[in-house]
Amino acid sequence: MTRIYVPIDSSALSLGAERTARAIAAEATKRGVQVDIVRNGSRGLFWLEPLVEVETAQGRIAYGPVQAKDVAGLFDAGLLDGKAHALCLGPTEAIPYLKKQERLTFARVGITDPLSIDDYVAHDGYKGLQNAVAMSGADVVKAVTDSGLRGRGGAAFPTGIKWNTVLGAQADQKYIVCNADEGDSGTFSDRMLMEGDPYCLIEGMTIAGIAVGATQGYIYLRSEYPHAFRTLAEAIRRARAAGYLGADVLGSGKAFELEVRMGAGAYVCGEETSLLESLEGKRGVVRFKPPLPALQGLFGRPTVINNVMSLASVPVILDRGATFYRDFGVGRSRGTLPFQLTGNLRHGGLVEKAFGVTLRELLYDYGGGSASGRPIRAVQVGGPLGAYVPESQFDVPLDYEAYAAMQAMVGHGGLVAFDDTVDLAQMARYAMEFCAIESCGKCTPCRIGSTRGVEVIDRIIANEDRGRNIALLQSLCDTMLAGSLCALGGMAPYPVLSALNHFPEDFGIDQSAAA
Amino acid sequence: MTAVHSSPTQPAARDTLARVQAIADAHRDLPGALLPILHAVQNEIGHVPDGAVPLIAQVLNLSRAEVHGVISFYHHFRTEAPGRHVVQVCRAEACQSVGAMALEAHAKKALGCDYHQTSADNAVTLEPVYCLGNCACGPSIRVDDEIVGRVDAARFDDVIGELRDGPRSTT
Repeated sequence: MTRIYVPIDSSALSLGAERTARAIAAEATKRGVQVDIVRNGSRGLFWLEPLVEVETAQGRIAYGPVQAKDVAGLFDAGLLDGKAHALCLGPTEAIPYLKKQERLTFARVGITDPLSIDDYVAHDGYKGLQNAVAMSGADVVKAVTDSGLRGRGGAAFPTGIKWNTVLGAQADQKYIVCNADEGDSGTFSDRMLMEGDPYCLIEGMTIAGIAVGATQGYIYLRSEYPHAFRTLAEAIRRARAAGYLGADVLGSGKAFELEVRMGAGAYVCGEETSLLESLEGKRGVVRFKPPLPALQGLFGRPTVINNVMSLASVPVILDRGATFYRDFGVGRSRGTLPFQLTGNLRHGGLVEKAFGVTLRELLYDYGGGSASGRPIRAVQVGGPLGAYVPESQFDVPLDYEAYAAMQAMVGHGGLVAFDDTVDLAQMARYAMEFCAIESCGKCTPCRIGSTRGVEVIDRIIANEDRGRNIALLQSLCDTMLAGSLCALGGMAPYPVLSALNHFPEDFGIDQSAAA
Repeated sequence: MTAVHSSPTQPAARDTLARVQAIADAHRDLPGALLPILHAVQNEIGHVPDGAVPLIAQVLNLSRAEVHGVISFYHHFRTEAPGRHVVQVCRAEACQSVGAMALEAHAKKALGCDYHQTSADNAVTLEPVYCLGNCACGPSIRVDDEIVGRVDAARFDDVIGELRDGPRSTT
C-alpha cells in the first residue's frame, strides 16, 4: 500500500489541504488502489502548500501546491510511483529551502504522524526523557543551563537559571506552565510544533517536571488555535495511556500530569504573570515582580513558565547533550531559532537556523524577496513590539545582543516583510492602537500612553505643529519605555521609534528633524 | 470544546440557565475554573447570557463583579448571541503587509456592518482578530473554527456566499 502524506497543519488547511486529502482518497477508491493517507504536520514551505508527499523506494517525493482539481491528473501521471509532473518537486529532503536548514527543534515536524507515539519514538522521541529519568534533577537542570538555551518567547532569559530557582524552592506543589499564547503577528512556530509534533512539547514539559519536582503542568493555549487544542488534548490522552504521563512516568516513580487550557483572546496574556492570573481564572492583569513566578507563580507556588519553543528544545538537549546544542549559534545566543518568514515574501515559511544568520539571507536566499516583486523596505522583527528594521541593517547577524544593540529584538523569531508601499507612520500608529486595545490597564504609561500615542501620531500625520508633536511623541515613548510594568507598554515604543528614526520621511519630516 | 458557535436553536431562557448551572457544577472543583466554565457555556449556548453571571459567581464563591470583570476583559467572550457564523478578519501586521486593510474595508461593506456587529440576515457576525498564526499565507480570516488563507475580496465573497446559502461542505 502506498503511503501519502497530506498536512493537517492549520496553514495547509487554510490553503485547501482538507479538500486535497479527500480528493486523493476519492480518486484512489475510484481507481481501486489502496493508499494510506497520513495527515502530517507541515514542512513549513507555505508557498507550496498543500504539499503532498508520496513514499517511494527512492524516499519521499514532494508535489505542490496540490489542489483538489490537480489530483486526477497527478494519478494519471503516476503520483503513486513518484513520477514526473509539473507539480513534482523531487525528493522532499533535497529541496534547498529544507536542505540548508538546521532543524533541531523541528526535526520531526512534517515527517511524522503527529499523533502516533510509535512514529515519535521511531524518530528519536522520548530519548531525552529516558535519559532524564535516570539523572538527578540537578543534573538535568545543569544540562539545560550548559546548553545555553534562553527563553524563546522573546525575553531570552536563560532557561536553566529559571529551572534552578524552582528546583531549589521548597513547596508542597510546584508547576510547569507552558506559554502557548503565541500572539505575535508574524509568528506561528509554536502552532506548527503543537500541531505537527505535540509529543515534543509534552516530553519537554515532562522533563522539566521531573527535573524540578513539579507534578502538574498546564499548557496555556490561545483560543485562536482550535486545531492545536484538539491535537494537544488527544496527544496528552495517548501519552497518559502509554505511561509517558501520569503517576509513574516511565516507571521512574515520579508523577507528572498535564492539561491544556484555552486562553480567551487577550494578547497581554502572553506576558507570564498575566498568563498566570488568567490560568487562575482571573482577568489577565499583570503582576508586579518580585515575587518571581519561579518562587510564587501559579496559585502562589514555585512555577517554571516557559515558551513552547524553549520547552520543545529540551528533548534534543537531553538526548544529544548540552554540548551538541551549544555548538550551534554565536556569542551568547546558543542553539537554533525557528525563524518565521512572513508577510510580503514570495517564499514564506519556517526556517530553523543557528543564531548568526542575517536578515538578508533569510529574506532573499530563503524568502525569495517580496511577493509583490517590489523592493523590501522594512522588516518588523520580533512581533508587534519589535522594531522596524531598515535595509541598512539587513546584514546584522541575528543574535540577541546584536539586535539589542540596535534597539531591536529577535523576540520569538518572527519576520514580517513590507514592500515599498508601506507607510511607516501608519504602522507606528497601529502599534500604539494595538497597545491601547490590548493593554491590561494596570499601569498608566501603557493604558493612557498608548491612547495618547495614537492621538499624537495622528497630529503628526496631519501636520499639526509637527515639530513639537514629534518631541512629544519621543517623550511619551520614553515614559512608556521606562515606566510601564511589563513588555506591552514597555516595548510598544520600539516599533514607533524605529519607524520614526529610520523612516522619518513617512512622518513628513526630513532626516535632520528626527535625529 | 473549541467551536466558537454551533448555531443551536435558541432554547428557552430557563433551560439555558439550567445548562449554565450544570456546566458550572461540573467544573467547580477544577483549579482556576472560571475560564473553562465560560468557554463551555459559550461553546454550548453561543454566548454568555447575563443570567449566567450570578449562577457562576455563586458556584465559584466569587462576586458577580469578578465574573463580569473576567467576561469583559477577554475579547473572546460575548454577552450577545452572534449570527449563525462568526467571521474574524485578521488585522495584524503580517496580514497588513499583504492587503488586510483593504480586505477589512471590503468585509465591512459586503456585510453591511462594522466589527462586533451582525449582518442584517443574521448570517455573519464580524469580528477583528490580532493574528491567527497563518502569517505566511495572509490575508487570513477565520470562519467559525476554520482558517482561510490568501483571502482577497473575491475569495471573501465566495466564503460569505457559502455561509449565506447554508453549511459549507469543505474548507
